[in-house]
Amino acid sequence: MADTPNIPDEIEVRAKWGGFAFTPENDAKAKMYVARYPEGRQRSAVMPLLDLAQRQVGADTDTQGWLPVPVIEYVAAYLDMPYMRAYEVASFYTMYNLAPVGKYHVQVCGTTPCMLRGSDDVMAACKNKGMVKGKTTPDGLFTLTEVECMGNCSNAPMVQINDDNFEDLDYDITTKILEELAAGREVTPGSQTGRKTSEPEGGPVVLKEMVDTNHDYRGEW
Amino acid sequence: MSFDFLQDKDRIFTNVYGFQSPDLKAAQARGDWDNTKDLIALGNDKIIEEIKASGLRGRGGAGFPTGLKWSFMPKEAPKDMHGNPRPSFLVINADESEPGSCKDREIMRGDPHKLIEGALVAGFAMRARAAYIYIRGEYIAEAIALEKAVAEAYDEGLVGKNAAGSGYDFDVFVHRGAGAYICGEETAMIESLEGKKGQPRLKPPFPAGAGLYGCPTTVNNVESIAVVPTIMRRSGAWFASFGRENNHGTKLFQVSGHVEKPAVFEEAMSIPFKDMIEKHCGGITGGWDNLLAVIPGGSSVPLVPAEQIMDAPMDFDGLKDVGSGLGTAAVIVMDKSTDIVRAISRLSYFYKHESCGQCTPCREGTGWMWRVMEKMRDGNAEIEDIDTLYEVTKQVEGHTICALGDAAAWPIQGLIRHFRPEMERRIRERQGDNEEIMEAAE
Repeated sequence: MADTPNIPDEIEVRAKWGGFAFTPENDAKAKMYVARYPEGRQRSAVMPLLDLAQRQVGADTDTQGWLPVPVIEYVAAYLDMPYMRAYEVASFYTMYNLAPVGKYHVQVCGTTPCMLRGSDDVMAACKNKGMVKGKTTPDGLFTLTEVECMGNCSNAPMVQINDDNFEDLDYDITTKILEELAAGREVTPGSQTGRKTSEPEGGPVVLKEMVDTNHDYRGEW
Repeated sequence: MSFDFLQDKDRIFTNVYGFQSPDLKAAQARGDWDNTKDLIALGNDKIIEEIKASGLRGRGGAGFPTGLKWSFMPKEAPKDMHGNPRPSFLVINADESEPGSCKDREIMRGDPHKLIEGALVAGFAMRARAAYIYIRGEYIAEAIALEKAVAEAYDEGLVGKNAAGSGYDFDVFVHRGAGAYICGEETAMIESLEGKKGQPRLKPPFPAGAGLYGCPTTVNNVESIAVVPTIMRRSGAWFASFGRENNHGTKLFQVSGHVEKPAVFEEAMSIPFKDMIEKHCGGITGGWDNLLAVIPGGSSVPLVPAEQIMDAPMDFDGLKDVGSGLGTAAVIVMDKSTDIVRAISRLSYFYKHESCGQCTPCREGTGWMWRVMEKMRDGNAEIEDIDTLYEVTKQVEGHTICALGDAAAWPIQGLIRHFRPEMERRIRERQGDNEEIMEAAE
């Protein structure tokens, strides 16, 4: 959602999110994150805390979550840093949503390695399900974003939907995934063509022993 | 002479495909954390010497000798203004965002303990107090796997106080990014770790002098760190026995694009391109005559036309000789069905999107270059515009704080160098001046 966020009306947003605070569970997590950095450097935790806050907003609204201004203020106050410094971070990194998104944030990778293997078809499948780039569908179910390289290039093309990566896609598989999600069913993430991870299709060419046994190669050194 | 392919016994990342459990017990059964105490007992200098002897060059793209980099770290902790010693830090770059790269992901979800053990050994060698592993935000499942492995290592006393019984205190922390390519640049990563926008710093001061929180810091790629324990166990000479002079070792290659079977695999350095694709990827789609061009090292390096890449050894020097680079060994293969101008234009869009906006030549230049590249796609330009475009890439290159400006310029320069006739053809065709084409058709 890097492109010009449409920050919703302040008064409504304040009314809804002005009283935001971490749940006890998230507060414990936040304290764990802060403890990872040296004393006096708690500001380093702004990224994990913004992520945590976005997830909490997501859980409250049954979406992927976003960061209303009062929530960013809360995180800034939590870490004793100026609001503007926290807002800078929230607006710099693409994974922080500055506007509400749907239940499923469909992030299609469109960079060259995916493009070469058919990300246009993946995008077309999304569009044919009524999605528009940068917009949320009227039923609030899907938000479509074209993102830059997600680092799954040997399993291209791919889409990241909320926390899950779906790899080795084509038009039909993408359509199927979207239909399953719309129907409220679970879809198994990862390769959709039966690959374990990034081994060649049809099984590994090397390290074949590792498929069935936890082979220790030290004896052959 | 045919190439000696790497044997399974010499592969460092044996669980790269994740068929077996990444858990500590399984990792120990594969040889990780085996008497790490003894490795540390060798002492700081001995470890650095061994890594120097191995010829290991940074696996994140620049290829700087890893042992040498570590030796820049201060032996005596520098004092702050109150006279207290400053700690040193190791930052591990798991931001892997270079288009084409997908190797660190496999290490972190398949063999995370190699990375954590490597962090301890490397961190000890450079006298660091702690390691921060900066993993890109989009790697959600990978971050969970890594956090789990770190927790296991803490539970077993392998890191933390008296790490692995060595008497050395060393912490390992995971820090998740949030979607910014630029954070893969070392000083931007440090800024981001400090809780700021990821905008690169001017150098000097170099991180080894003043990095994270103003303390001495070394930033290393995941793969550079994860190979360290195996090198220490099997000796630098073993690692140096692979690959040509100055390009030693084994390397995770990542092949994407128009091959029959894209894959990630570990191979010896200097493997010829053709042998590599034949053995590991089942050949080029449509056969070798169908190969158009290859980007051999991730999106930041110039493309290489088919005839030049075929026999090129896949290493730092071999790819430099064909006007490109090894980068992260992310091989993007393009066959003749590729709209080559669009493929490069899409990369220009990537750099436009990822420019941090700090330096004017890059902030303005990447957008301008992308817009002109889009015009080139359907020939909506004049022939002279190609020269202007080339000129602008030269103006961006070398005039920015970090290398993103260079990285945005090189793919376009590579395109113009090798595919100028194709760009001109599109312009002529659109202008209706297609006599040459008609003649050729007759």
